Amino acid sequence: MIKPLTIAGREIRSRLFLGTGKFSNSTVMARALEASGAEIVTVALRRVEFDNPQDDIIAHIDQKKYLLLPNTSGARDAEEAVRIARLARAASGWNWLKLEVTPEPNYLLPDPVETLKAAEILIKEGFIVLPYINADPVLAKRLQEAGCAAVMPLGSPIGSGRGIKTADQIRIIIAQATVPVVVDAGLGLPSHICQAFELGADAVLLNTAVAAAQDPVQMARSFKLAVESSLAGLESGPMSEGEAASASSPLTGFLR
Amino acid sequence: MSPFHEIISLLDSARIKIDHQDVTTGQVKALLESIGSGDASRSEDISVLVSPAAGELLEPMARLAKTVTLRRFGRTIQMYAPLYISNHCSNSCVYCGFNVHNKVNRRTSNREEILSEARLIKNQHISQLLLVSGECPAEVSLDLLEATARGLKGMFPSLSIEVYPMDTPDYARLYQAGIDGLAIYQETYDQNIYSMVHPAGPKRDYRYRLGAPERGAAAGFRQIGLGSLLGLNDWRVESHYLMHHAAYLMKHHWKSQISVSFPRLRPAAGGYSPEFPVSDRELVQMICAFRLMLPDAGLVLSTREPAELRDNLIGLGITKMSAGSKTAPGGYLDRLDNNIDKIDNNLNEQGQPAEGQFNVCDDRTVEEVAQSIRSKGYDTVWKDWDQGFEKQNENQGQNINKENGK
Repeated sequence: MIKPLTIAGREIRSRLFLGTGKFSNSTVMARALEASGAEIVTVALRRVEFDNPQDDIIAHIDQKKYLLLPNTSGARDAEEAVRIARLARAASGWNWLKLEVTPEPNYLLPDPVETLKAAEILIKEGFIVLPYINADPVLAKRLQEAGCAAVMPLGSPIGSGRGIKTADQIRIIIAQATVPVVVDAGLGLPSHICQAFELGADAVLLNTAVAAAQDPVQMARSFKLAVESSLAGLESGPMSEGEAASASSPLTGFLR
Repeated sequence: MSPFHEIISLLDSARIKIDHQDVTTGQVKALLESIGSGDASRSEDISVLVSPAAGELLEPMARLAKTVTLRRFGRTIQMYAPLYISNHCSNSCVYCGFNVHNKVNRRTSNREEILSEARLIKNQHISQLLLVSGECPAEVSLDLLEATARGLKGMFPSLSIEVYPMDTPDYARLYQAGIDGLAIYQETYDQNIYSMVHPAGPKRDYRYRLGAPERGAAAGFRQIGLGSLLGLNDWRVESHYLMHHAAYLMKHHWKSQISVSFPRLRPAAGGYSPEFPVSDRELVQMICAFRLMLPDAGLVLSTREPAELRDNLIGLGITKMSAGSKTAPGGYLDRLDNNIDKIDNNLNEQGQPAEGQFNVCDDRTVEEVAQSIRSKGYDTVWKDWDQGFEKQNENQGQNINKENGK
């Protein structure tokens, strides 16, 4: 029913991407991944113990089932992000990358200048780059020109659960996009997912909303349903929004 | 940009005390509601949250602190351990076991001993190491610290120091050598008390110590740890200063992550008893207040505190804990009798074990603490950064590629 999404030539069956941080343990994380139906799963490279083949996070993600989208969170500038990406690829062969350059450790907002710089370098080196950005339409265009496989504008700061506060900007990004737009960060409720798709987003990325829920597995399932519901609704040709109620028996029907 | 010592000189300790007393429960409730709805707070609001009135509303404060922590940090606790390099010290801090006048056994570990201890710590899964020493550059020189950092960085993805204050170029050398975090506590922000409890030694220089976090941030450290030694001054007043210090650093050194520790004075050699003891309830109020004021800051609790209290504070604001700590140089080496790394345990030249800085209260092993964290429904985070990601550490001691062979 739901049309698959294509990123960098790969068909992605789920429009919900899930992060792996903040869970109470890796078993709960794995069950939440399963329940979410996600195919793309992000992992913070700074947390991965590359010298440990039994690394807890990686061991719990079946890489035959999920496409690992490692992220460069913690990078303060382009150089660090590039280095993280190279080291991770050298150690594990991962080629897809969620590019995060967040020099400010509190709101974790992305640095547009360094993100563009890093994207240009990494794309030349053959990475498939999906950058996390503020909802800045011009930056989104620049990143697309640089060759990014998707852009990931934020709805509100990471982990805030405040929903989509950048709707007007995201609408412009979507209108101008030549690559998929993934709304990332700040999504806290299933209704936020619906809003993202109604704005025209191609996919959404969540982490805290699931990991910090009282029942992460059930919450993951509810987000899966929200994605399916939103997309099914949009595919069904929704009625147009009107200002006032319209009478079911037209007042001017007698004119026929 | 004014340095912080100029900002702090504008704060009036007497006024702060009065402000705390004047706070009403209505003000506390209003502030909790505003923080709960996601509004940003102002540094001054710390007065409200550490007030006696807020103490009466500790339960709702704690609930909100838990929610805020969960949102930002999820169900995780970061783990670290200290490694004491030396208990030689030229200071005479009246509260500290390392005080130059205390007749205690002293030693400085050599590089091999430090590496041996580090290996024992690493074998317990600890990946974030804090190097600690007294203030005695003749014993623990910048060169020794630099060489130690270079020797350890292949083993530990993250290394921090808690030593003596330095100038920016010296901090920069350590940053280049692989140290990514700096912990330096002002002990007390009250200048009069500071002078009384630091009667002699280089630590008497209040302003030089106060400026150390700024100099460290300027040198590039990713993590800056602040704290007041609880018991030296009225904790409510200290909280006020500490909050301003954290806010100042966050604003002016915005690329460094600020963390706050809550060390309560513990029994130590010298028998100092704190003039302003802080109760468990007050400690919890202070932790909750800082969590609500600084939702993104790391809040640290060491093994100074008893196991039960530490366990109860998991998720209630605290995000980072030490475990299995030994507070004397060589302290880890006397644990494994048949370990090939064992030098000659932590004996000094006279054959006596070296004295710890304070008595550890939570003496559980790293694994026991980790189990306890897991039983609370939280995950332990061992690694949260990798020095190999930084420019200066490229191709040096990187812990990537070793096992994977790629």
